[in-house]
Amino acid sequence: MPKIKLPVKTPHIDMTPMVDLFALLLTFFMLTTSFRPQEATVIDSPNSISEKVAPEKNVITILVGKDNKVYLNFDNGLDTSVSIREEVLKKVAEQFNLKFTDKELKTFSTNSSFGMPANRLKAWLNTEDSKEREKFQTGIPIDSTDNQLNLWVRFIRIQNPNAVVAIKGDAEADFKVVKHVMDILQDNQVNKFNLVTNLMKEEAKPEE
Amino acid sequence: MAEIIQEEAKQKGGKKKAKKFSTRIDMTPMVDLMCLLITFFMLTTAFSKPKAMDIAMPEKKDDPTEKAPEISADRTINILITGNDQLYYYFGVADPNKPLPQLIKTDYSKDGIRKILLQRNKTVFKAVYDLREKVKTGELVMADSTLENKTKELKKSDKSAPIVLIKADDKAKYKNLVDIIDEMAITTIANYAIVDISPIEIQMLNGTAPATPAAPVTQ
Repeated sequence: MPKIKLPVKTPHIDMTPMVDLFALLLTFFMLTTSFRPQEATVIDSPNSISEKVAPEKNVITILVGKDNKVYLNFDNGLDTSVSIREEVLKKVAEQFNLKFTDKELKTFSTNSSFGMPANRLKAWLNTEDSKEREKFQTGIPIDSTDNQLNLWVRFIRIQNPNAVVAIKGDAEADFKVVKHVMDILQDNQVNKFNLVTNLMKEEAKPEE
Repeated sequence: MAEIIQEEAKQKGGKKKAKKFSTRIDMTPMVDLMCLLITFFMLTTAFSKPKAMDIAMPEKKDDPTEKAPEISADRTINILITGNDQLYYYFGVADPNKPLPQLIKTDYSKDGIRKILLQRNKTVFKAVYDLREKVKTGELVMADSTLENKTKELKKSDKSAPIVLIKADDKAKYKNLVDIIDEMAITTIANYAIVDISPIEIQMLNGTAPATPAAPVTQ
């Protein structure tokens, strides 16, 4: 008896519900996403009960890494007609007798956090490869002999006096370094600042 | 529309049926793409927005003749932060010319420094706590900003509330500082300051200060 040949049917799965679900998820993620800005280093903030959202616009952020390196980030401010980053870089360049081309200024104004001595900025701005660029992030000098952070903060403050200052320190960073950064800020008449933290609920109850 | 087609069909003899095309679309590439996009968005999403705590430091004065504001010693709690997550506190003032206050060891836990701070700040904390509870249960209705202002008022109202001086030595970590400032927020202490540590306090921490009880007493 010959074998009965079963008609080969391609198994067809109805993918519509799956697509529906995916579309839903996709929409959700697209709407809730706020892109994490690329930062010079990974910072693991300490926890606090503060529920105040960290400022996002018009802010000078000083990052203190785990290895006590100091990085700086500042934005172009609320006024979109001027590029504060470019202006500040020009002023800092003057101090160190450096010249930046228009292209370098443009690159700088679109970048975010950086941390290197001023004389290496040029090389950093001209490096395309992101891996190579990371190698330049050696921290801004903050010693009293070569206090470049002070210079940066001063020029940013001149350009944008209303900027909010935030310190984003790694939990494992040394207090000494953070204190030094605070002192530099205070030398520039910044007496109020934000410490960036992660939310962790905790509550105390009065004793009965 | 549908009627017109029907009429046309009738004209051509009525037996000929319009050829049925399968409306099934192969969705696999679409699903692939969506999968990819979802993964991308899931990985790049930062769900928890960073929070921030405000800190106001006293203005630096260059004038050395100006004296620091007098604070009554019996209201003062000094918190000394040092390396290895160690924490000490003492009441009053450490004056090298007087017998030194006793340094007491504590920790960052709930029963550590928080208990002491709560004890000292009992009245204010109770008032703030009651107010918050009332708002929570709906007994009192007020906007968040009003609640904040009321809390601030309450914090400042008590003239015997403790004044906390936070001092950290070079071995302390940034996390320790944030933890202590956070403790101030939890225990609703209004008056606190980050102060430079004095040489005598470093000596006290090291246990080398003269005329102190030999070593810090463990609680």
